[in-house]
Amino acid sequence: MITRGFKSTRLRSDPSRVPPGQYVTNDFPVLSAGPTPRTPLDAWSFGLRDVHEKELATWRWKDLLALPSSTVTVDIHCVTKWSKLDTQWKGVTIDALLEAAGLAPPTPYLTAFCDGGYTTNLALEDLLDGRGLVAYEYDGAPIEPEHGGPARLLVPHLYFWKSSKWVRGLAFMEDNEPGFWETHGYHLRGDPWKEERYAGD
Amino acid sequence: MRASPIRWLSAEVLQIAAETPRVKTIRLAVPGWRKHLPGQHVDVRLTAEDGYQAQRSYSIASPPEEDGIALTVERLEDGEVSTFLTGELRAGDQIELRGPLGGYFTWTVERGGPLALVAGGSGVVPLMAMVRHRAAQASRIPMHLLCSWRSADDVIYRDELALLAARGDGLDVTHTLTRGAPAGWRGYTRRIDREMLLEILTGPDARPIAYVCGPTPMVESTATLLVSLGHAPERIWTERFGPTGGGS
Amino acid sequence: MMGEDVFRLDGNGAAGVLQEIFAVEMTTASCTCEGCGRVSPVGALHLYGGAMGSVLRCPSCEALVLCITSGPRGHFIELRGIMRV
Repeated sequence: MITRGFKSTRLRSDPSRVPPGQYVTNDFPVLSAGPTPRTPLDAWSFGLRDVHEKELATWRWKDLLALPSSTVTVDIHCVTKWSKLDTQWKGVTIDALLEAAGLAPPTPYLTAFCDGGYTTNLALEDLLDGRGLVAYEYDGAPIEPEHGGPARLLVPHLYFWKSSKWVRGLAFMEDNEPGFWETHGYHLRGDPWKEERYAGD
Repeated sequence: MRASPIRWLSAEVLQIAAETPRVKTIRLAVPGWRKHLPGQHVDVRLTAEDGYQAQRSYSIASPPEEDGIALTVERLEDGEVSTFLTGELRAGDQIELRGPLGGYFTWTVERGGPLALVAGGSGVVPLMAMVRHRAAQASRIPMHLLCSWRSADDVIYRDELALLAARGDGLDVTHTLTRGAPAGWRGYTRRIDREMLLEILTGPDARPIAYVCGPTPMVESTATLLVSLGHAPERIWTERFGPTGGGS
Repeated sequence: MMGEDVFRLDGNGAAGVLQEIFAVEMTTASCTCEGCGRVSPVGALHLYGGAMGSVLRCPSCEALVLCITSGPRGHFIELRGIMRV
């Protein structure tokens, strides 16, 4: 049933810029699967773990900030249909983390794990060559807790549920095992340009 | 346990009236409506021509004793649904809704009292259905309603509440303003706190049933305060409206 | 509690999807948390997830109690602990 006179306040935009089914928004909606964790920076760390949960490399907060950083301007796309253009983030690429750790990634897949227990699965190749960052600044300022601060993963070429908030590390795995939303029916990969919203899309 | 499958209904807008510059009450006729309980809500779904859909929940302001339903909607800045409902919508339009929903946050006179109702802004809407139901039933169950507003201009249902309270049948209404009061204001002028709850509401010895509704922080701090005052947690019912207070 | 979550809702906000799936009023259903044993009506559970889904958590310990997502191929429902309807 069409509602007379209702037009979305979200704007349709240039289809070469905005994936199918998305609407551009100027605000930054907050969505999470649980309460906002508040880990103090002096208790924070980011780790890389192998398939046996053994810690391969660990960075404390000041270690992360000391790594070579990248500032990127990217569009982000949420599976709930909003897209936000030209968002600016600063962080450390996964490439830089692996290099700092002197690590060759042991498996093709990994789980990003986070404070609060949230997880999401990713293919390593979706994180390399600058495609993935551990971001600690948004729009020139520290990321707010409700937006995933102190640090979140940023993988803007995939739907934004993959850019997991409150990220604390990456655990390598042999198989592409679904994380939180993926277990509940969302797509394993989540490419917005192929509209991979739900499992089976 | 009675099966109550739910489906989308087409409701006709009968009348739209302003409560305040930002708040309107929409009266609707809903064919196929199942009589609701005070406190329940509906989900409203809007569909644009290009297929875009937006859905929000709104508490029913009217009591079950009335025909049809009334929704009181606050226009929120950047709220795509509330802006439409309080702006573009007009009498004669059809909107899609489903309900009534939510058996947890409900009260009827059968449940008894005394009642402690605490509202933050538009959180008063489901509580107003309870107030109106009590009046329609000519009940004398003691009911204390405490409403928190930003300013005097935000107060909704003020005259109706004053009239009902003036009946002297056991309904008490108190308002507090958190961002400043006009000259001559004789009510409270601060956020809800322990002292205010102690002064206004029936104490825990009388085992009141409490209903708290409004923005999430207000609901959570009020519920915590009530427990700290000795109210039994299982007699405190809460409905959180999120950060801004209702719909959007 | 892990600090103020202004965006948090409660089980009342999931009333529509719950009744859509279960065809009975569900917010008065009583849930025993698998994490801490607390018994809460669904209406009192903390609700997260926004438009992605309904993630209902124990108001005491925030353990997952019920998670519902809806997509083109149906609803996914995860229930932990015991729910009495």
